[in-house]
Amino acid sequence: MSEEQIKNLEKQFDERIARDEKIEPKDWMPEKYRKTHIRQMSQHAHSEIVGMLPEGNWITRAPSLRRKVALLAKVQDEAGHGLYLYSATETLGVSRDELYEQLHTGKAKYSSIFNYPTVTWADMGAIGWLVDGAAIINQVPLCNTSYGPYARAMIRVCKEESFHQRQGYEIMIKLANGTPEQKEMAQDALNRWWWPSLMMLGPTDDVSVHTEQSMKWKLKRKSNDDLRQQFIDQTVPQADLIGLTIPDPDLKWNDERGSYDFGDIDWDEFWQVVKGHGPCNKERMKARVGAWEEGEWVRDAAMAHAEKKKERNQKQAV
Amino acid sequence: MSTKNWPLWEIFVRSKNGLEHRHFGSLHAADAEMALENARDVYTRRNEGVSIWVVESKHITASNPENNGELFEPAQDKVYRHPTFYDLPDEVKHM
Repeated sequence: MSEEQIKNLEKQFDERIARDEKIEPKDWMPEKYRKTHIRQMSQHAHSEIVGMLPEGNWITRAPSLRRKVALLAKVQDEAGHGLYLYSATETLGVSRDELYEQLHTGKAKYSSIFNYPTVTWADMGAIGWLVDGAAIINQVPLCNTSYGPYARAMIRVCKEESFHQRQGYEIMIKLANGTPEQKEMAQDALNRWWWPSLMMLGPTDDVSVHTEQSMKWKLKRKSNDDLRQQFIDQTVPQADLIGLTIPDPDLKWNDERGSYDFGDIDWDEFWQVVKGHGPCNKERMKARVGAWEEGEWVRDAAMAHAEKKKERNQKQAV
Repeated sequence: MSTKNWPLWEIFVRSKNGLEHRHFGSLHAADAEMALENARDVYTRRNEGVSIWVVESKHITASNPENNGELFEPAQDKVYRHPTFYDLPDEVKHM
């Protein structure tokens, strides 16, 4: 194809998206669109999969059966979300093995928030309330994104996500209304998860490199700073309601803006964790790669069994 | 790395009797039986279905959107296939 033909196709492509038409797997698409989507969608899938680890840590120690079944169901949902997203990514012509390989070698990223440790039961509450809360704010606009398989996967994810946030907030309510020690535990979890949750919504607009192109492709509908403000404005009253304090001395309602002003985010910490120097980066990758490698014989055995069964059936048919 | 990867399966779910099976997504499984079981766990955790079909992705033949012109164009100039093409007197209220 000549450069001019490609330019022309790209123009038609952009117009389709501007008209809110969806792009489906076999449609022509610019190489950059394909690559950007593989990157973002796989990063999203990896985050769901690695995101199971911090919570998996508490399944066996949940304080009651009610909490345990809820946490189990939530972690199982995350596995499901990872699978929806991996299979949607595969429609762009990349194999599952390549995607795993990218995760396991550190070439692909996942959400930095999962590199923080879960040291008390209250962390299960804070993760559901704050981390899933921030994730929902990020994800809802994606139900309308331009790539069909991604949008369809996100609709399913968003439908399931709201129970995650509610179960987390319920844990926080219980602890905040419990003994002084329990309340302290809830406050401590909020103190540790608040800032990483704000960072989850991405770098500030002035340094975010992908925003403009992503807006055009509807991979993004609102800027990082707008999403962050929305998260803060919705979460602060929820903390107030259960008597917990947001760990930000500069947090103040701004009547004029109709929003909360908030203090500076420590972006050095964010970039440190992104680069692999967070408290649990190594542990998470070790667990993930270990699960993959130790599961290899199971995958091979299942395949061998399937082939043997197929052969047997063919022989019987003769 | 494993010598053989699990193949990809397309999953179709009937959400309730009376409705058709609809494409829900895909997943990897060693064989059809495992694809069914995995589909149950991945796509119907909240009673989304009463029946599941699985078909190995490689068995699906799809039309190419680049040929949509010649493939679908023949239907475009056949307005006489639609009821509104036919003139009826106003007195006929329902037909």
